[in-house]
Amino acid sequence: MDMSQYLAVFLEESKEHLENLNERLLELEKDSKNLSALDEIFRSAHTLKGMSSTMGFEDLADLTHHMENVLSDLKEGLLGVDSSVVDILFKCFDRVQMIIDEIESGNSGEIDNSDLISILEGVVAGNYNAAAAQEMLTESEGFRNFSEENGENEDIDFKFNDYDITVLKEAAAKGFKVQYIKIQIDKDCLMKSVRAFMVFKTLEEEGEIIKSLPPVQAIEEEKFNGEFELVLVTKSSQEDLVRRLNNISEIGVMMVREIEVDSLAASGSPAASHENNEGVDFDRSRSKQKLRQTIRVDIERLDNLMNLVGELVMHKGRLEQIGISHQLIELNETVEQIDRVSTDLQSVVMKVRMVPVEQVFNRFPRMVRDLAKDLGKEIDFVIEGKETELDRTVIDEIGDPLVHLLRNAIDHGLEFPEERLKNGKPQKGKLVLRASHEGNNVYIEVEDDGMGIDINNVLARGIAKNIIDPARAKQMEREEIIDLLFSPGFSTAQNITDISGRGVGLDVVKSKIEALNGEIYVDSTPGWGTKFKIKLPLTLAIIQALIVAVRDEIYAIPLSSVDETTMISRGEIKTVQNQEVITLRGSILPLFRLANLLEITTQTDDEEEMYVVVVRKGERRIGLVVDALIGQQEIVIKSLGRLLAGIPGIAGAIVAGDGNVRLILDIATLF
Amino acid sequence: MMKNIVNQRSQNSHTGDNEVQVVVFRLAQEEYAADILSVQEIIRLLNITRVPRAEKYIEGVINLRGNIIPVLNLHSRFNIEESSDEEDKRIVVFQIDDIKAGIIVDEVSEVLHIKQDCIEDAALNNYSMNADYLKGVAKVDNRLILILDLQKVI
Repeated sequence: MDMSQYLAVFLEESKEHLENLNERLLELEKDSKNLSALDEIFRSAHTLKGMSSTMGFEDLADLTHHMENVLSDLKEGLLGVDSSVVDILFKCFDRVQMIIDEIESGNSGEIDNSDLISILEGVVAGNYNAAAAQEMLTESEGFRNFSEENGENEDIDFKFNDYDITVLKEAAAKGFKVQYIKIQIDKDCLMKSVRAFMVFKTLEEEGEIIKSLPPVQAIEEEKFNGEFELVLVTKSSQEDLVRRLNNISEIGVMMVREIEVDSLAASGSPAASHENNEGVDFDRSRSKQKLRQTIRVDIERLDNLMNLVGELVMHKGRLEQIGISHQLIELNETVEQIDRVSTDLQSVVMKVRMVPVEQVFNRFPRMVRDLAKDLGKEIDFVIEGKETELDRTVIDEIGDPLVHLLRNAIDHGLEFPEERLKNGKPQKGKLVLRASHEGNNVYIEVEDDGMGIDINNVLARGIAKNIIDPARAKQMEREEIIDLLFSPGFSTAQNITDISGRGVGLDVVKSKIEALNGEIYVDSTPGWGTKFKIKLPLTLAIIQALIVAVRDEIYAIPLSSVDETTMISRGEIKTVQNQEVITLRGSILPLFRLANLLEITTQTDDEEEMYVVVVRKGERRIGLVVDALIGQQEIVIKSLGRLLAGIPGIAGAIVAGDGNVRLILDIATLF
Repeated sequence: MMKNIVNQRSQNSHTGDNEVQVVVFRLAQEEYAADILSVQEIIRLLNITRVPRAEKYIEGVINLRGNIIPVLNLHSRFNIEESSDEEDKRIVVFQIDDIKAGIIVDEVSEVLHIKQDCIEDAALNNYSMNADYLKGVAKVDNRLILILDLQKVI
């Protein structure tokens, strides 16, 4: 069967499982008694194994199989959760990641894992000396999970008729044993009936199947929920049966239990058996997973949908204008209704594209742990607000800058334990990654309680690297100095380490965030820590904008960079060092003529009253003089294309209601 | 005369190795042409929105059925006098690789098949100061047609 069409699904799901594994193992490392985390790890590893062998990636299946053995021992309490085991498991997860990456880049994913496998086997053997026991160990989880306990008997939901009982009795008399077997087929399995058939075929080699529930025919027609029970008459041992069954991928042996034929006859009712507690848990968590129904959609289709909604919004605008200019009341009413629907539609589509930042954040705990370990630092890493949602396109881009900031904080920000103690701080450094939602923006903060930014150090560096003029350095304000961190070619690390200082500095972080229409601020208290705050728009495709007119041209200014609009009279304008300024509520506001910035040549005399749009560029506020304020509008951003890309001050274009193109100003690069 | 040429060529509508098919248009008094394979459509003048801070030869951008397309002004690029007759002006929309753009022309005259033999290297003959933007100069009967290299124009 050609599985290549399932490759994308396989890759996607493997990544999810891997993420889950990393996350849960971290939980387990923190609290070795966390059995639910262990269960989850086990389940993910098991599914991963099943999926990879179905897809024919044997090396991956083999590795996960050995991981599973160790996990199984942890679960059974045969092994203790200690840091060496956790480290090895993390190494294995890395290897799995590597294999998956290989597969994703189109290779066969064949990697020699014998090194890790021998370690895993060693872990298992070291704590598990009996040879027989070890043999059992190379089997899979199924056996130990479900057959070791000999606890209380429970009813099996399995009715035998008189004929069955007679057959069973005869078999028992001839020295056969009656085994009750419960099989669960992975819910991701593509052809459940085929797997069931393989189970039947395997068992028939060992003995005779007396009865199955649901009946064989129903199973063949795939009329079952992935779980079935059967009764086998056999001479083989339970161990042999489990071993053979475990060779079939994508199934789990839920229970193997010998049925006492005598007791059957006596009661004449459901057979007695027992059920393992873990088995019950297993079922429960499975059904819990089913409740969350999701589908995967190609991001391109969503983009397409988004574009269509964008067009709709645009045409709606056109209708609106026709209604207004022809004073058609009926049309206006209809347009209002369309407006409501399209607004709803837009917000639904936007929501579809929203993903929790969790997706990016989840890989950080692992990274922080590894880094801290490498550097010999102790870090308490806290993630807050990981359920905050962001547009998919933003999510995809935000990962790298955050990695950089976190690395920075760990490498340069947080001190070594001894140093911290000396300074009267707790031995463990605190690193917080926080996401929150506010209006149309999402804020992401990276905060550490480390040594903070040393201004003099930054200044010295800036001079040494020729970024600033020594004469000017003396007059610089604290904020300006900290801003130097974002200058190209700046790196304060005294030693180039593996962790940061790879030549990519904060300037890259800043430009990346600005490319996302976002902003970044730093707040640092020497000796007490540093906070990087990133402000991001919820989405990039549709924004609110202020429409303004300059001479006979019309422009849109993203509302996110507009602080306020105000009206001034000509007399209020003063000049300081050739720069026009006004005083707005006590603070000085530099004024720029938008007409001059945009190279509009037609000259007009200043009116007595002038409109000023107060915009923000980072922490700076600037007043833009425009001729008229037209209004606020929701606009769909369109790119100007490659030919016109990168013009400073122009972020893109919109098609206005009248069909004309208007340009969107980019405040960050306008000046 | 021109009809003759068209008829003559139309027997062989597929552009052979030794022939190119071009759209001929007029910029002021000069005749220019562009490879028809790059030309997507020819439209009447629309409202063009000026793009501040762009290169001088960028006239602005237009909305072509929801797509934003830059429009080039070859008059200013080639230092040719602008014509005031708006009625005949057209925008020739073309695509090179993934860049779609338009050029303003004073008039679109015809589609021609031109034999490769008739095309001379523009640089050799010093026909114009804009040789850089030209693929060559075609002599068709008594006319001189400058064939644009759109790749270099954008």
